[in-house]
Amino acid sequence: MPVQDAGTRTSGAEPRHARRIVIMWVIAAAIADPLFYFLAGPHMPPGDMTSSAAGAQFDFNVLTMAALPVIIGVWIYGAYTLLTWRAGRGGPDPVMTPTSRSNIRIQTAWIGTTTIVVLSAFVFGTVELVVPAGAGGGEGPQPIWTPTSKTILPVQVIAQQWKFTYRYPTYGGFESDKLVIPDNTTIAFHVTSLDVIHDFWAYQLGVKADANPGTDNVAFTTTRADGKVTVRCDELCGIWHGAMYNYGEVVPKAQFQQWATSTEASLTAATKLLPPFAWSYTPSANGAGGSYYPDNVDAFSKTEVYGAGAVSAKTADQKSS
Amino acid sequence: MAISTHESVGVGRPGGTPPPGAAVRRRSAWLGQHMGTAALAAVIGYTIGHYVGNSFANGYENVAASGQNDVSNVLALTLAVVGWLLGSGALNYPIAKLVGREPAPETEETGVGRFFRYSLDHKVVAMQYVIAVLLFLFTGGLLAMAVRTELLSPTTHYFGPGTYIALVSEHGTMMMMMATSVITGPIAGWLLPLMIGSRRMAFPRVEAFSLWTFIAGYMVILTALPYGGFPTGWTGYAPLQTQASGGMDSYLVGFIVVGSGMIAAGFNIAVTIINYRAPGMTWSRLPIFVWSLLAVASLLALATPTLATGCLFGILDRTAQTAFFVDEHGGSSFLWENLFWFFGHPEVYIMALPGFGIVGEILPVFTRKPLFGYRVGAAGMLGVALLSFFVWQHHLFQSGINPDMRPLFMLTTELISIPTGFIYLTAMGTLWKSKIRFEVPMLFALALYFNFLLGGISGVYLSDVPVNVTVHGSFFVMAHFHYTIMGGLIFAFFGGLYFWLPKMTGKVMNKKLSLIHFWMMFIFFNATFFPLFIVGLLGQPRRVFEYAQRLQGLNDFSTISAYLLASSFIVFTINFAWSIFIDPKPAPANPWDSLGLEWQVPTPVPYNNFDRIPLILADPYHYGEPVHTPVADLGVPAVALAGAGGGGGGPSGGLGAGAPAVDGEGGASDV
Repeated sequence: MPVQDAGTRTSGAEPRHARRIVIMWVIAAAIADPLFYFLAGPHMPPGDMTSSAAGAQFDFNVLTMAALPVIIGVWIYGAYTLLTWRAGRGGPDPVMTPTSRSNIRIQTAWIGTTTIVVLSAFVFGTVELVVPAGAGGGEGPQPIWTPTSKTILPVQVIAQQWKFTYRYPTYGGFESDKLVIPDNTTIAFHVTSLDVIHDFWAYQLGVKADANPGTDNVAFTTTRADGKVTVRCDELCGIWHGAMYNYGEVVPKAQFQQWATSTEASLTAATKLLPPFAWSYTPSANGAGGSYYPDNVDAFSKTEVYGAGAVSAKTADQKSS
Repeated sequence: MAISTHESVGVGRPGGTPPPGAAVRRRSAWLGQHMGTAALAAVIGYTIGHYVGNSFANGYENVAASGQNDVSNVLALTLAVVGWLLGSGALNYPIAKLVGREPAPETEETGVGRFFRYSLDHKVVAMQYVIAVLLFLFTGGLLAMAVRTELLSPTTHYFGPGTYIALVSEHGTMMMMMATSVITGPIAGWLLPLMIGSRRMAFPRVEAFSLWTFIAGYMVILTALPYGGFPTGWTGYAPLQTQASGGMDSYLVGFIVVGSGMIAAGFNIAVTIINYRAPGMTWSRLPIFVWSLLAVASLLALATPTLATGCLFGILDRTAQTAFFVDEHGGSSFLWENLFWFFGHPEVYIMALPGFGIVGEILPVFTRKPLFGYRVGAAGMLGVALLSFFVWQHHLFQSGINPDMRPLFMLTTELISIPTGFIYLTAMGTLWKSKIRFEVPMLFALALYFNFLLGGISGVYLSDVPVNVTVHGSFFVMAHFHYTIMGGLIFAFFGGLYFWLPKMTGKVMNKKLSLIHFWMMFIFFNATFFPLFIVGLLGQPRRVFEYAQRLQGLNDFSTISAYLLASSFIVFTINFAWSIFIDPKPAPANPWDSLGLEWQVPTPVPYNNFDRIPLILADPYHYGEPVHTPVADLGVPAVALAGAGGGGGGPSGGLGAGAPAVDGEGGASDV
């Protein structure tokens, strides 16, 4: 294969393109990253109302800090090459050099760099997943990464076409259609479904867990501040999926205690009509009757595993049945 | 290699050799089998299936007195597809063989009628594919316009929630079905044999089968709308799938129909690449597009059966009352999620890799440089294909299944960005010190790199489990995959069309309209989908018809941009109709001055592609050499290789250096 002008990298007045590109890239990235982190970062969703929301925000910002230099680098490279070597500027056709087809040094560096970046992202993501006990995501029926807190409030989220309701097993298993949780408390959301697959997305809490029929999907978070919470269904569940949302609230501990005990008392009669508290429920085979069999009534008690002090799920079951 | 380089009558002709001297009787085309008889047979099949289904499964309606019976739906659609294939003549050959008769010999077809028949000429099939794919794409696009219209306001509704969810699901499913074949059908079907120096695909009947099932799939999935639509989106999640009304049957049957065409296409492409390369077409001389097709073929053949199996389970659940996905009867909704995504993730690379292959072909031509890092690029595509089988559970990060495996799937998912990065390495290396001509195909190729950068990087956010908690299932995901599929694959498809249409049709597209199309599509694509990243981050879930009031501004901006994006396709359609059908202008044999083998044959390409199987001498990327290494010895003495320095540059070498360029049939008929 005829090759001419081997190794002409910079001939005469030819500017040093690579150095120019690197300088532009370093400057742009050095400006963009801090600008994003300090100006936009604290406002990035989903806020910092809970530990998992703050964690998601931090992770998002870190990933963006890594992504911005990549995007900027490709853009600068692209803009520079397209402007410098456009055919409209004239000039001779490119001449084949030994590095036109491949350049082992550049290829090795590229593969090495991307591998390091990817492995760092993996390590970072894993640490951020495991240390904050699942980072607010659904961890299945037997979570392996659990919070260290001794007082965990279990809240059962029951999704059905097309609404969410919440049962509080440590308060006699009463059912509320509003999510109320105390601040500065670790919450274990036990998400289940009565019919099709839904997804419990408490946006400001940074919690998301699929609601599967017959399955108890657990997600943890620790609340930090008071405020309103939007809950949306995030898995397509039929025609009214778009309307399947409601609101919740994080309130001070004393206010929560007062709300929970008074609601438990006022709903005692209604709670007796509910199926006994269970981690998941199976629709009655008779269909139209609308009743539900509780699954796993005396299955392993997850609240004990987490060390919730007050009342175990078992006693909640006995109370209501 | 089993292919003779000698000229021998009939070798490699689709359908074998006509008996020597036999008088070929030609009937009127309208008496034979064509699209009309296929449609007629489909209607008959549908009617029979509907009647039979109702006669024995009457009374098993999902909804009482709805007149909808899943058994009759499934039977009707299945028999309609069988009728379609029978009527088109797809089954003539296997049936003749089955009863021990020798099928009628296939002869070269001419005239417009061949585009409406079960043709075995890969170039005809590809042109049929072009029209089918555009029809599929534009139908799905119209549905997208309806979806965006509904999202103009969070409170005023243009459709009921049932209609809206049917539109969303229909749009998603149609686009996914279309995207599986958008490049492997029209562009690869046309180019693959030409690029590897073959006279045909390995299995011409199987290639036509893929096309005709693709069209059948289009019609089957459209029947979902009169059945009342289906509410599951393109993912078809299971308990909802079992619960859904009649439109769901169209989804399940449709994916099996399209899926069988995909499996057939996968094997056909792989066998063609492996066995039908011309002598001298070594693996290291294979065009990069062919490498991408090899990777895609492996995905088509290996991943699609999982989907077909899942759909079969779904059909059984809905008709025979089995309980594969019914939790309370011992099945599991996780089963569908796993079966679906085990297909579904390789599927997205079925839709990405051919695009990478196309831009890999376009870049060297318009930079006048060899493709940088060819081996790395090819390895990258195979690496993506391999890894894509190990990532499917990242769609299920919040589902509660295998939570302890999430770090593993996070790792495999992020690893995919390494081979994907190779695609950028090849592009950036090729641009370096090149001479860039901003022709329309090049603009589309550059746009792919711009769009896919944003699409790919947003994918890293999705792969990170903690961030996934926020972005999973939101508009962020939706923007992400539109950036990769539409911003990648569809841009590559149009780039490929503009690049190869002069060869495929022998006509040039109007440049001004092409430029208007490109700039409108590029600008309004980004204006449509970039705001949706923000909308998703701010908490809008996918597939909803009601959203927070504060997000209306961004949604409206996206909707209006979507209308303008759609109008760019009107520009394309006018351009296409005008330049190809109404006022055609003949294209030069090699308008872009490419070295690719497909450009070295005359326009229009002869029925057998090559009069003699070419002897491949080099890979097609020898740009920037003072004397071009000719890509192949075509065995056409004293005829200039149309590509070597054609165009304006004057002949610059090759086997036929100095001879006047011969275009069109001249070269072929001389021999």
